[in-house]
Amino acid sequence: MLNLLVIVMHTHLQNKPFTPTPPETDPPTDIFSEEGYTVQTPIKHPSLHTNILEPKFNGIQSDEELDLFAGKHIQPTNHTNSGALLEEEEHGDTFELNIAVTNPEKMGDGMNAFMTYKVSTQTSLPAFRSKTFSVRRRFSDFLGLYEKLLVKQSLMGCIIPPPPQKSVVGMTKVKVGKEDPSSADFVEKRRAALERYLQRVVVHPALLQDPDVQEFLEKEELPRAVNTQALSGSGFLKMINKASDAVNKMTIKMNESDNWFESKLQEVENEEQLLRRLHASFDSLVNHRKELCSSTAMFAKSVAMLGSSEENSALSRALSQLAEVEDKLEQLQQEQAFSDFFIFTELLADYVRLLGAVRGCFEQRVKAWQRWQEAQSTLQKKREAEAKLLWANKPDKLQQAKDDITEWEAKVGQSERDFERISSTLRKEVHRFEVRPETSNLLHKEKCRDFRHHIVKYLESLHRTQHRLVKCWETFLPEAKAIV
Amino acid sequence: MMQEGLDDGPDFLSEEDRGPRAVNVDLQTDATLQVDISDALSERDKVKFTVHTKSTLPNFKQNEFSVVRQHEEFIWLHDSFVENEDYAGFIIPPAPPRPDFDASREKLQKLGEGEGSMTKEEFTKMKQELEAEYLAIFKKTVAMHEVFLCRVAAHPVLRKDLNFHVFLEYNQDLSVRGKNKKEKLEDFFKNVVKSADGVIVAGVKDVDDFFEHEKTFLLEYHNRVKDASIKSDRMIRSHKSAADDINRIASTLYTLGTQDSTDVCKFFLKVSELFEKTRKIEARVAADEDLKLADLLKYYLRESQAAKDLLYRRGRALVDYENANKALDKARAKNKDVLQAETTQQVCCQKFEKISESAKQELIDFKTRRVAAFRKNLVELAELELKHAKGNLQLLQSCLAVLKGDT
Repeated sequence: MLNLLVIVMHTHLQNKPFTPTPPETDPPTDIFSEEGYTVQTPIKHPSLHTNILEPKFNGIQSDEELDLFAGKHIQPTNHTNSGALLEEEEHGDTFELNIAVTNPEKMGDGMNAFMTYKVSTQTSLPAFRSKTFSVRRRFSDFLGLYEKLLVKQSLMGCIIPPPPQKSVVGMTKVKVGKEDPSSADFVEKRRAALERYLQRVVVHPALLQDPDVQEFLEKEELPRAVNTQALSGSGFLKMINKASDAVNKMTIKMNESDNWFESKLQEVENEEQLLRRLHASFDSLVNHRKELCSSTAMFAKSVAMLGSSEENSALSRALSQLAEVEDKLEQLQQEQAFSDFFIFTELLADYVRLLGAVRGCFEQRVKAWQRWQEAQSTLQKKREAEAKLLWANKPDKLQQAKDDITEWEAKVGQSERDFERISSTLRKEVHRFEVRPETSNLLHKEKCRDFRHHIVKYLESLHRTQHRLVKCWETFLPEAKAIV
Repeated sequence: MMQEGLDDGPDFLSEEDRGPRAVNVDLQTDATLQVDISDALSERDKVKFTVHTKSTLPNFKQNEFSVVRQHEEFIWLHDSFVENEDYAGFIIPPAPPRPDFDASREKLQKLGEGEGSMTKEEFTKMKQELEAEYLAIFKKTVAMHEVFLCRVAAHPVLRKDLNFHVFLEYNQDLSVRGKNKKEKLEDFFKNVVKSADGVIVAGVKDVDDFFEHEKTFLLEYHNRVKDASIKSDRMIRSHKSAADDINRIASTLYTLGTQDSTDVCKFFLKVSELFEKTRKIEARVAADEDLKLADLLKYYLRESQAAKDLLYRRGRALVDYENANKALDKARAKNKDVLQAETTQQVCCQKFEKISESAKQELIDFKTRRVAAFRKNLVELAELELKHAKGNLQLLQSCLAVLKGDT
């Protein structure tokens, strides 16, 4: 039985101006629900009638729905029935889609083993065949989906949420079958990350409509995505592409007609850097706490040994008491290590990757501009070639030249339109990204409330720890004073 | 001993500093001879200690005087005690460890290299941190050198040692150079021989129950203290690293918070301040543990080694005595060189008895000192931990109030 630390992606239900209901209150986010409980995150989906890139939301919620979530957002489930989802009411043109990723299971053995996860969907969208369904997917399937989306949608300027990182080390431990808490931890982290990933994908209106996404959610058996193997050819290709991108950036400097893009990109880059640093520090903190736990435990044992060899009986007693105190300290620290922003490290990593994806979109736009410029220069060359032919009076090749020109004129037109489209899509996407709380950056006010909530929880747990510490030391002190 | 306040400035030689001296040993300082280190200067590679003496003894030219000494000169003094046959029956106060600023210096260097990659505030903060660390190490090394001198001054026989007086009074450089490579190699071999010999000597069963018991006890105790010392160091290191992480988090949050003045950013600033405060407390807890627990264990590691050395010397003398006895018997049987064998035997006997007599007292004193020191330190540790935990509680309560208060 895996110890499920379920992580909830708290989504805010947006208020539409004409809704008669009172402004919604925050359903308390429960990060650390107890073992065996699953929390569902409902995602309100904007109407599909409207322009898919429309940044307005049609999320309407009623009081009853809120109560459903506020009061009973924790539902005890058993592990087999992980897809227990709440019934959603259909309101006019809102369509809902809930996704949960649960039940990690190990299939196969040894180095060929892999984990599969159950992806359960509940939806009222007509695009799907049924209202509730689930499939089993493995990690490479998720990556495969990302690859496909990237290829298609990035040409449009959409921000594609990135999936969790591949981890050869983590997976190898799991494959080899080590039943230790770190591999259980790893599987749990990955499960939660995959869930958040899917939730972000479906919340994006354009992506939800994508047949690949629908297939991913619905189809029983997916063809194995081979391009995602860690050291595969396509991985190398990607690295090379990245390198050539960098070179390209240097040779053709884009003359930015619109300052908005430049300043936005700068903002994004700055934030990414800061968050990266924050993430690294939190990660380091969690690790050091864990280290502190184990070293305190070892120290406690060592002091106990020392106490037992000490001849003076009062001192001996005091030392063994000290060992007990240190031991208790260790247990307290253990609990601390879990709450020590465990979730923040995860969420921060998500945000950093998201910002990377945003940056990627900006780069796509630059590439589109470059393609347009190249098309223009090729057209120019063709025109020059035609002029030369005219002058050299070679009528047979002239027709070819004229055809070329027509072809390239079309291409120039196309690439210009592409560029314009990407630019405008990107603008809208960035705006949507900033406003929608699920995908937004940390500086978003709504996210702050979350953050504050967790900090308060953290402080409260710290407070409790300190209290118990005081008691421990208070019992120890008289023992120490009694040494003669 | 003075309690440190939460916002301790780096007051270097305040009363607080006197504390560590008495921490590890329970000394009766009498007016006839008082030694302390009144000042210290850290130069590039070395530390210069100002040894200050106050004495009413007639051996000294003045009643109060100071000299400047370096670490090597302390080592020279210690080694001269060890090599002196007359002191074979005493626990020689362990030599102070070499001042080790390498780790700290490396960190400062790395900080200097990374200056470009962090904001000015972060840089200043980290620099302050490192300087505080450097200062803490510095204070510790001064304390350890002082303890050594005080132990010598408190010992009824060692305090009369001529080398000690020279050390205290001679105001020129003692021209004691550190051991060169050849000497270090010789030392190494001597140690190897000694430990092999030690095993043999330890194998000889002692007639006297007291010493037999002490032998087994000290061996076990020494090993366990060593283990405890290593583990406590590791624990304190993790604690300090965690505090460092919190420091970095606080500064990154501060940077995020200063990007503009929205509510969001104000919130970040508040959180950053909170982390800063919790960090200070964590760092202080770690520092106290270091001082009260880790240093105590380290000191007794060295002392128990010195006690073991004493037992070894006695054991050696015993073996020599028994061998002399056997030689005497042989000589008498063969009726050859009897006089020579008799004198050798006499010498060995005297040496052995002299060592045994003083060793017994020394070991009993060691026990008393140890118990007293542990008591003092454990009590102080508990009191400090309590104080910090209570302070932490208050801080957390106020932070919670602030955070919950603004919605």
